[in-house]
Amino acid sequence: MPARRRRPAVVVVAVATVTVGFLALPLVGLLTKAPWGSLWSDLSSPVATDALRLSLICSLWATGLSLVLGLPLAWVLARVEFPGRNLVRALTILPMVLPPVVGGVALLLAFGRDGFLGRPLFDWFGIQFTFSTAGVVLAETFVAMPFLIITVEAALRSMDGRYEEAASTLGAGRWTVFRRVTLPLISSSLIAGAALTWARALGEFGATITFAGDIQGRTQTLPLAVYLALEGNEPVAVALSLALLAVSVVVLVALRGRWLGAIAP
Amino acid sequence: MSLVADVGVTLGGFSEHVALDVGDGEVVAVLGPNGSGKSTLLRALAGLQPLSSGRIVLDGAVLDDPRAGVLVPPERRPCGVVFQDYLLFPHLTAQANVAFGLRSRGATRSDAAHRALAWLERMGVAPQGSMKPARLSGGQAQRVALARALAMDPRLLLLDEPLSALDIGQRGSVRHELRRHLQAFGGSCVLVTHDALDAAAIADRLVIIEGGAVAQAGTFASINARPRTSYVAQLAGLNLLRGTASSSELLLDGGAVLQTASPMAGDVLAVIAPRDIALHLDPPSGSPRNAWPTRVAEVHLLGDRARVLLGAPIVAAAEITTVSLATLGLTEGVPVWASVKATQIDVYPDDGSSGPS
Repeated sequence: MPARRRRPAVVVVAVATVTVGFLALPLVGLLTKAPWGSLWSDLSSPVATDALRLSLICSLWATGLSLVLGLPLAWVLARVEFPGRNLVRALTILPMVLPPVVGGVALLLAFGRDGFLGRPLFDWFGIQFTFSTAGVVLAETFVAMPFLIITVEAALRSMDGRYEEAASTLGAGRWTVFRRVTLPLISSSLIAGAALTWARALGEFGATITFAGDIQGRTQTLPLAVYLALEGNEPVAVALSLALLAVSVVVLVALRGRWLGAIAP
Repeated sequence: MSLVADVGVTLGGFSEHVALDVGDGEVVAVLGPNGSGKSTLLRALAGLQPLSSGRIVLDGAVLDDPRAGVLVPPERRPCGVVFQDYLLFPHLTAQANVAFGLRSRGATRSDAAHRALAWLERMGVAPQGSMKPARLSGGQAQRVALARALAMDPRLLLLDEPLSALDIGQRGSVRHELRRHLQAFGGSCVLVTHDALDAAAIADRLVIIEGGAVAQAGTFASINARPRTSYVAQLAGLNLLRGTASSSELLLDGGAVLQTASPMAGDVLAVIAPRDIALHLDPPSGSPRNAWPTRVAEVHLLGDRARVLLGAPIVAAAEITTVSLATLGLTEGVPVWASVKATQIDVYPDDGSSGPS
């Protein structure tokens, strides 16, 4: 016998329907306004291809850097007890909630030509982040890395640490344990975290334009190109937006259930 | 003696001090209630829990000695561990699980795979070699875990509740098989369990720990005959009474007095088998010199026998047939007379010693 449930209140259903419309209709607008006929030529214009190429390169670099720098930190936060751990955790998550423009200003003050880190870096090594592709990578990493840290830390905390102990009794040193037991056991969260990080880096706008500027072929990533194209060349802006939307849908479908499960604390 | 351990661990509010010696080819079972420190002892031997005090020496090599500043990490101890729930790596096949330790110790991929398969064959689980642990039955997983530990060719084998994850149906045959494999193993073996039957079936010797200290140690027969704590008596299925003897009169701690057949003096322990306590509705007449009125506290049925727990003045269990139970009409709260013959009370001095370890 099927379970009989109380029907939800009409008001709630009505509000929920409005909400779905509010979230979905803008995307419908994007699809109906899409210049389907000229889509290919719009996407293959120099501005578009430069932005696409740059966005791919920078977002992948940012994801790679986040893995290299974020994984050890996630491990320390999950496994090492030290005074001020909660403070450090809050600090690493801060860029997630910080307005990206503020992040860009902060990066500028630290790594800009006159920044307290940027000046010695430029004077001694000739490294300059502002108006350079390296600056884009830096800005994207700053904003996106917390997604990796928070996802991996949660996975490390929830995994059964006894597997690592079992591995050590089987003669495996720390590095072998990490490589052959810990990493495989958190692999799904690691992939989810990396995908989230990549998607966030790909969409980065505020910190990038504030810190690295907007130079075609060097710092002008897809979101920046979309914003600029909107001023004079709307079809290109819509075409590039569609490309970003497609990427988001692919990431969403690929992660499905893992998405929320992995980032929940 | 192959393993000579004096394990002292302080963890938060819990402190443990247990001395344990295990010879070559000997299987010692560590038995104790939950929270007694069994698992901590095993973790200390494996190197997963550093000692606070004491010393662990295996085959003459010091593995842990906090005073000398020596601590050999788990990956460099010649110990194999079979964990509770086995902890087979879920992302590796059964064969890769067994090969894991060999690979860590430097064997080549093909050599490790080959030797792993040989171990699986020996344990009778070679056909399951390519399966992931999630697809193995409890008994198969236990054999793979044992193969994984033995493949390391350890000098000390540690087993943590190796049978508790199995259902009743598998338990008997796996227990028998485990005993056979442990007899073939030449090193020292420590088995932790809370099941007296497992301990008796598999181990040569028992060490019973309670509250982080050895309560009693010896062979199964010697411990069964002379339990020293109520936990041990419970394992042996006996009633343990504590009191003071003067000649053949035994003054129990609860205030009751029993007549015994063996004159003694001072602090004593006394055991009475539940089947030697008889129950009557009226004051018994005739031979038993010990009879006292009491009330039924609880009744448990065990097949065609019934275990009747009696309340004050002497808290003890009596075992009678279910026929007598029905005839006497015993249920909770019913007044009843209990009696026991003086010759059926085994009295021995309570000298506080826990016997040889």
